[in-house]
Order: sequence, then C-alpha cells, then structure tokens
Amino acid sequence: MRRDSLRAGIRAGIPFAVAAGALAISFGVLAEPVIGAEATLAMSALVFAGSAQFGSVAVLGAGGGLAAAVTAAVLLNARYLPMGIALAPSLRGRWPRRAAYGEAMIDASWAMASRGGGRFDPDFLVGATLPSYPAWFGGTVIGVLAGDLVGDPADLGLDALFPAFFLALLLGGELSSGRTAALVAALAAAVALVLTPLTPAGVPVVAASAAALLGLQRGAAGSERAERHPEIEGDPVG
Amino acid sequence: MAEEWALVAWLVATTAAIRAAGPVALGGRELPVRAMRVISLLAPALLAALVVTETFRGEGSELTVDERALGVAGAGAVLARHGSILAAMAVAMALTAGARAVLG
Repeated sequence: MRRDSLRAGIRAGIPFAVAAGALAISFGVLAEPVIGAEATLAMSALVFAGSAQFGSVAVLGAGGGLAAAVTAAVLLNARYLPMGIALAPSLRGRWPRRAAYGEAMIDASWAMASRGGGRFDPDFLVGATLPSYPAWFGGTVIGVLAGDLVGDPADLGLDALFPAFFLALLLGGELSSGRTAALVAALAAAVALVLTPLTPAGVPVVAASAAALLGLQRGAAGSERAERHPEIEGDPVG
Repeated sequence: MAEEWALVAWLVATTAAIRAAGPVALGGRELPVRAMRVISLLAPALLAALVVTETFRGEGSELTVDERALGVAGAGAVLARHGSILAAMAVAMALTAGARAVLG
C-alpha cells in the first residue's frame, strides 16, 4: 500500500465525508421508524451504500415487501458493477486483496481516484473512502437518536448535498479531461433523465454508463488526459 | 428472522458481491486500449447521471423541478467561480432549505 496515495486520498475524501455524515443523519431519521434502531445502525455499519439503503428502506416502508426492497437495493447498487470493472485493471495481487479494494468503492472515492486513460489509484481510493465510514455510521447514530429533534431532513436541504458534490467532481475533474468526456456526460445525463420516469430507481444511472461506449469511436479522445501525461498510460500498444 | 434483519442480511451479501465482482473477475489484467478508453469515460457518465437523477427525480420516480434544482444550480455557480467543494455544498444546502422555508 502506498502511504502517500492513502494520505492524499484521506485529505480529498473529507469534504465528501461531511456530506455523507449529513445524509446519514437523514437516513437514521427516516429508517428508524421503518426497521428499528438496531437494524438501521447495522445496515449503515455493514452495507455502507447510501442509495441502496435509502431505496430499500423506502420500499419496505411503503409496504413493498422484502423481495421488492432487496431488488431495489440491487438495482441501486448495480452501478458498482461497471465501476468495479473499470477499477479491476489497476488492481494487483490475489483475488481476496482485489476484492477488498472493491469493497472500498464508493461513488466519490472511485471518481476521485480516476487518473485518466482508464487508470485508477487504488490506495487513493481506499484513503478517500476512509473518512466517510465513521461519518456515515456516526451520522446514522445521530439520526436514530435525535430523529425527533431533526424533524424533516428535507427542511434542512440535505438532499441537495449529494448532487452538488457529484457536480463538483464532474466539473472539477472529469470534464477537464477533454471534449469526448463532456459529450459523454451530456449523453449520460440525457439518458438518465429520459429513463427516470420509465424505469425503477437505479436503472437510469446504470443505463447512462453506456454513454462511455462513445470511447470506442475511432479517434475518440477518451484518453486525452493520458496523452498529455503519457507516464500514466501504462500500455502503449495500439 | 424478522423482516428488517432479513433485509440487512440481503443487503450486506448483495452489496459485497456486486462491489467485488469486477475486481475479482478481471483484476490485474491488461485490457485493450479501446476498453481502457471506455473505462476512462465511465466516471463522467456515471457522475452526470447521478447529478441529474439526484436533482430531478421525484418521490414517485417522476421528473420534477423543485428546490433541489435551485440549490444545485447555486453550487454550479460557486464552482464556476472556482469556489471550493465545501462552499458549493453549503450553498446548495442553504438555497434548498431557504427556498423550502419561503415556499412552504
């Protein structure tokens, strides 16, 4: 493990941990009446996947039943499949070690660990996830214990935190990697908007990831950033 | 086992399996350059999709423009002026909460 990457990741992960902690308060407030305090805390400690936790508890709370709640969670987590495939070529070692890196993925740390040209810095990813774990669990504890004091989390505007953070990652890092990236982002946004009213939650984001296939176009400049910094493009073949 | 604990168990198992699937199946292997190009474009695609779904999805999966959109637009303005991520998030939260308070 590269300690400098890990430390840089921890520093980069702190703003997201603040957002995650605030979101976790609202998860605690909303989930406790549905599944009880113990299951709410266990879920945040062991699952550590915000959208799947919110989504499955909402389905259960609406009377959707266990199977529907689990299905919603799987769909909401499905984006980790392409994310894990993207991370895989940057991982070394035997499968338990690679699996452990996979378990460390959250949206923010995965996106921040992207180094262009399809490469990721796995130790940076682990570092960027680390601050969010205690924030996520601690926020859930506060939400469960102080639910009556917090009231309706929507009144505090907490639901605007995640999209604002993802927008910051998009504008700050990913779009600067070239025109193709901007085109892909626009296409993905359009696909997600069209599918949102038509498909179960989670599906639009996974389907939108197909916009990345624009990189298959001959001459597509998906690795412009790597071309500017050839040292991070490990495989010169092609 | 009560339903809530069954839900926790299912979520633990499925989430761990999905997160590990790619790294276990494909780990350490060099992929063709074209595949790496696609991979490099996954982050902007997923982030853009997350921004629009988290901003415009209503409670029943319908599209809706509500106070969140104002908050996220405010965050975009902060970022366009090279403000920090935390400043952008603070503005998003304040604008969203403020608009909800005013509009009731």
